[in-house]
Amino acid sequence: MGMTMTQKILAAHAGLESVRAGQLIEAKLDIVMGNDITTAVALKEFAKTGAKGVFDKEKVVIVLDHFTPNKDIKAAEQCKSCREFAHSMDVKNFYDVGEMGIEHALLPEKGIVSPGQVIIGADSHTCTYGALGAFSTGVGSTDMAIGMATGEAWFKVPSAIKFVLTGKPAPWVCGKDIILHIIGMIGVDGALYKSMEFTGDGISYLSMDERFTMANMAIEAGAKNGIFPVDEKVLEYTKEHSKNKPVIYTADEDAEYDKVITIDLSKLRPTVSFPHLPENTKTIDEAEKEKVYIDQAVIGSCTNGRLSDMKIAADILRGKKVNKNVRTIVIPATQQIYLDCVRLGYVEDVVKAGAVFSTPTCGPCLGGYMGILASGEKCVSTTNRNFVGRMGAKDSEVYLASPAVAAASALTGYISSPERIGGEKQ
Amino acid sequence: MNTEGKVFKYGENVDTDVIIPARYLNVSNGDELAKYCMIDIDADFAGKVQKGDVIVAGKNFGCGSSREHAPLAIKCAGVGCVIAPSFARIFYRNAINIGMPIMECAQAAEEIQAGDKVAVDFTTGVIKDETTGKTYKAEPFPEFMQKIIAQGGLVKYVSKKINGEA
Repeated sequence: MGMTMTQKILAAHAGLESVRAGQLIEAKLDIVMGNDITTAVALKEFAKTGAKGVFDKEKVVIVLDHFTPNKDIKAAEQCKSCREFAHSMDVKNFYDVGEMGIEHALLPEKGIVSPGQVIIGADSHTCTYGALGAFSTGVGSTDMAIGMATGEAWFKVPSAIKFVLTGKPAPWVCGKDIILHIIGMIGVDGALYKSMEFTGDGISYLSMDERFTMANMAIEAGAKNGIFPVDEKVLEYTKEHSKNKPVIYTADEDAEYDKVITIDLSKLRPTVSFPHLPENTKTIDEAEKEKVYIDQAVIGSCTNGRLSDMKIAADILRGKKVNKNVRTIVIPATQQIYLDCVRLGYVEDVVKAGAVFSTPTCGPCLGGYMGILASGEKCVSTTNRNFVGRMGAKDSEVYLASPAVAAASALTGYISSPERIGGEKQ
Repeated sequence: MNTEGKVFKYGENVDTDVIIPARYLNVSNGDELAKYCMIDIDADFAGKVQKGDVIVAGKNFGCGSSREHAPLAIKCAGVGCVIAPSFARIFYRNAINIGMPIMECAQAAEEIQAGDKVAVDFTTGVIKDETTGKTYKAEPFPEFMQKIIAQGGLVKYVSKKINGEA
């Protein structure tokens, strides 16, 4: 029996000819990553292992992105402990304020992650790097600690669901709409313990940014990882960003899948997830009928804080004013994206429209800071979770959407289709 | 190993944001986190829970973030075991790694009611609802995970390997 793409990567890193779903293996790690919240716990566990140093100073990555620039004294103390740990271990890939960005945008941009790798990160959205054809999965702080000490982790080899994406998405339908549609279809545990392998000719229409967005949200369907094939766009991206030589794995033709789901991308509409689960999706047409008036719009995060997301926001907001009732917060995911937004004039577009433009941070997505919701308030957000209390008060509401829908809604004051605003999707 | 206590019952897809909201993640001390455990879906939980009590919930318990603070908050609040039909995979992994007992048993999760007195035997996987007299059998852990649990968590398991004691 053949192996899926994920199984092949895992087998190679476990030094095995082949693996099968359900098998427990120990695999060698190419990258071990953590942020300010999870590393603060991991460094305590690391100390308990008795390890003298990290397994490889080049392969451990620590990014202070969640509560930075420090949001309060306790967060500052946590960051300080991470900083001291990184320095004492001589961690080469340590990113602090001034260099940091949101981890899942930063690691691909810096070329740290590349096709064929096995990556663990103490952050659930570590699955993002599957867009590059790597096996990449979120773990907790103890796994991070053990990964830093030994360069290995244990895995239960996942089975997979294959998604065959066909056709070309309509204007204003982007990667975010596709992944929200999929989560709405299979549910928040629809891929529990499994891989989501994306295939099909429709992928050729998706930019790398869109693929990062889709792989990023595999966890919201409960998946262990999401993964895309390595095509020309991936190779081009890798060449541009990384010194690593891409290692290409492809699924065997006779690989076994738990399910094969075919989706015609040309039939999809912009999609919105209503509170309080990402699976509660509605098309923009259904959403508009409900006239959901919003208090805040957030455009950013590891899901949608990349340059093309910023461009969409700027294109829609340019020359207009956001609704007086909508606090609009735009957050580029990295310093490089920030600079590009300055250079391309997006910052001016956004600020003149009455929105704020922030330094990179995870901030509001997880209800940390930089846009907390009061009781009863509603927010349309390009982030990834709309759980109870996710962005603030427990009776506040988060509606997940694409940057185009979020920007259009910021202008009208209620959840709206970008088609209503006009302009063209580039 | 076992636990015995009163049941707190919750629905499906209990996520890590309600187990421990991110606004409390500026600390990593378990006892401090325990004060806010479940606060957004059950504000009285931390005040009511007694050592050994059991959480019974619907499918996909612990979905969302990778924060190990979630099983840690539950453990430090005194909870002896979480029973659900299924767990989100990172939560499952984290619970095993920090030695927080969890049990997968769909029938027990459905039938056991809030306030029931329940006894759980981790070795046999037998769950007894002492209020109704019914017993249930949970899925056993794979042998490899049993070893981690027996050693008291992944750090102890691996540190023995690192220090050549395994």
